[in-house]
Amino acid sequence: MGKLSVNLCGIDLDNPVIPASGTFGFGYEFAQYYDINMLGTFSFKGTTLEPRFGNPTPRIAECKAGLINAVGLQNPGIDKVISEELPKLKKVFNKPVMANVGGFSVSDYVTVCKRLDNEEQVGWLEVNISCPNVHAGGVNFGSDPKGAYEVISAVKKEVSKPVIAKLTPNVTDIASIAKACEDAGADGVSLINTLLGMRINLRNRKPIIANTMGGYSGPALFPVAVRMVYQVAKAVNIPVIGLGGIETAEDVLEMMMAGATAVEVGSANLVDPCACKNIIENLPKAMEKYGIENLKDIIGGVK
Amino acid sequence: MKTGIFRIISNLPLTENVYKMVLYGDVSHITAPGQFINIKIDGLYLRRPISVHDMTEDTVTIIYKVVGEGTERLSRMQKGELDIMTGLGNGYVTEDSGEKPLLIGGGVGVPPLYMLAKQLIREGKEVTVILGFNKESEVFCEKDFVSLGCNVYVTTADGSYGIKGFVTEAMKDVDYTCFYTCGPEPMLKAVYKASRTHGYFSFEERMGCGFGACMGCSCKTITGYKRICKEGPVMKKEEILWEN
Repeated sequence: MGKLSVNLCGIDLDNPVIPASGTFGFGYEFAQYYDINMLGTFSFKGTTLEPRFGNPTPRIAECKAGLINAVGLQNPGIDKVISEELPKLKKVFNKPVMANVGGFSVSDYVTVCKRLDNEEQVGWLEVNISCPNVHAGGVNFGSDPKGAYEVISAVKKEVSKPVIAKLTPNVTDIASIAKACEDAGADGVSLINTLLGMRINLRNRKPIIANTMGGYSGPALFPVAVRMVYQVAKAVNIPVIGLGGIETAEDVLEMMMAGATAVEVGSANLVDPCACKNIIENLPKAMEKYGIENLKDIIGGVK
Repeated sequence: MKTGIFRIISNLPLTENVYKMVLYGDVSHITAPGQFINIKIDGLYLRRPISVHDMTEDTVTIIYKVVGEGTERLSRMQKGELDIMTGLGNGYVTEDSGEKPLLIGGGVGVPPLYMLAKQLIREGKEVTVILGFNKESEVFCEKDFVSLGCNVYVTTADGSYGIKGFVTEAMKDVDYTCFYTCGPEPMLKAVYKASRTHGYFSFEERMGCGFGACMGCSCKTITGYKRICKEGPVMKKEEILWEN
């Protein structure tokens, strides 16, 4: 095992760097820039039972140190993901991939997770109970411990692969949600999804985003994410994936010291398609600078 | 697609708020007129997508209007280097242009048509260009198209220069085999209605990444969902759905 390797829910990763769902498509665009097999893995575009166009445009608004998006889970639906996207992905990526799953009801989540659980290419099921951009009768399963428990326990009963619950920061106590996921049998949690945000166009006094609000991501989130990963890692005994504004190898070290076993990189991919490649290549130097021999040794190592 | 460093050679105003910037660097990934480049500007998070106006073997030229913080900062740069992604978008195809293609540009929709006109002229086509602006002080690029050998009509909404009215006014009297258009959406809709042949439209949208990763700029078309940055920005007339 290399000095960058970590173990995520029973599967070894060459390094802890994972492009986050929604910023990496199904990988092909990035495979034109570098060999994406150098990644730990990546989390593919959030997949739902039915195909979705998502929200009207504009879906993007720039902010200081980040952006707001309200894409709304645009994806081809589970049938096409299995029949078209996964075979295409196989040609450019030969590691277990993280399947990101979205849903509007408990049965949606269960059905999609079961289908993906049967796919050989899938290593983990990342269950997104935290998308801020879709409205299912006002229900966001990840907003309260009961809803989170309901989804994760239902999924866990039907699948054999590790289940990772992706959590929203738009709650009063994220640790209690993480704990509920652990109690429901989750093998890991990933956090944080985007912060709910909004921008207004001063010229026409309308929201820039057609859907009014959207999810704020980018480097501005980093300290919030570090804090929440720290709180969650103290509250649960399952692996935590840290994400939110990571841009550099040093950010990875900090997130891991806060308690993350692995990290996801999101917005940075949109600005620089080689962001993850650069982070991975810079990790050995950053580790040397801070006297770190093996990355796994620093997980939760904050004093 | 490629990310590279480009050196600013010049950056000059053409009108009160429209600038022309020439950049030196590796342009080998720009493969068609109508494609765009995506420029990283210091201090701003997202890149700024701007269409290619012209290129040589080692330079690319853009013409842009100052509309916000990004283009404002860009307009103040006289030298230095920029991190730019090139080779983005599908661009225009010319195979089915016929002998008499018509190019219709409105405002800052005019620049990408220049490289297209150049290619069509090179292919021996008889090119007519209609350039639409609001008023005389906003007119740019007219002479460039004339120098290429195009038949050029300029329209201004207030009649202060050229034909009074919108681009559709000038379209009435032109005989054409195919059309290519780029400009504000109301103009595109008007051209769609007034056009008598097949044709190509170039669209714009707020983008996240500009290379197909984020789904920020998707639109619905007759032939399914498309990303303006990847399957676009150029769409065929027959695939456009206007309701979105």
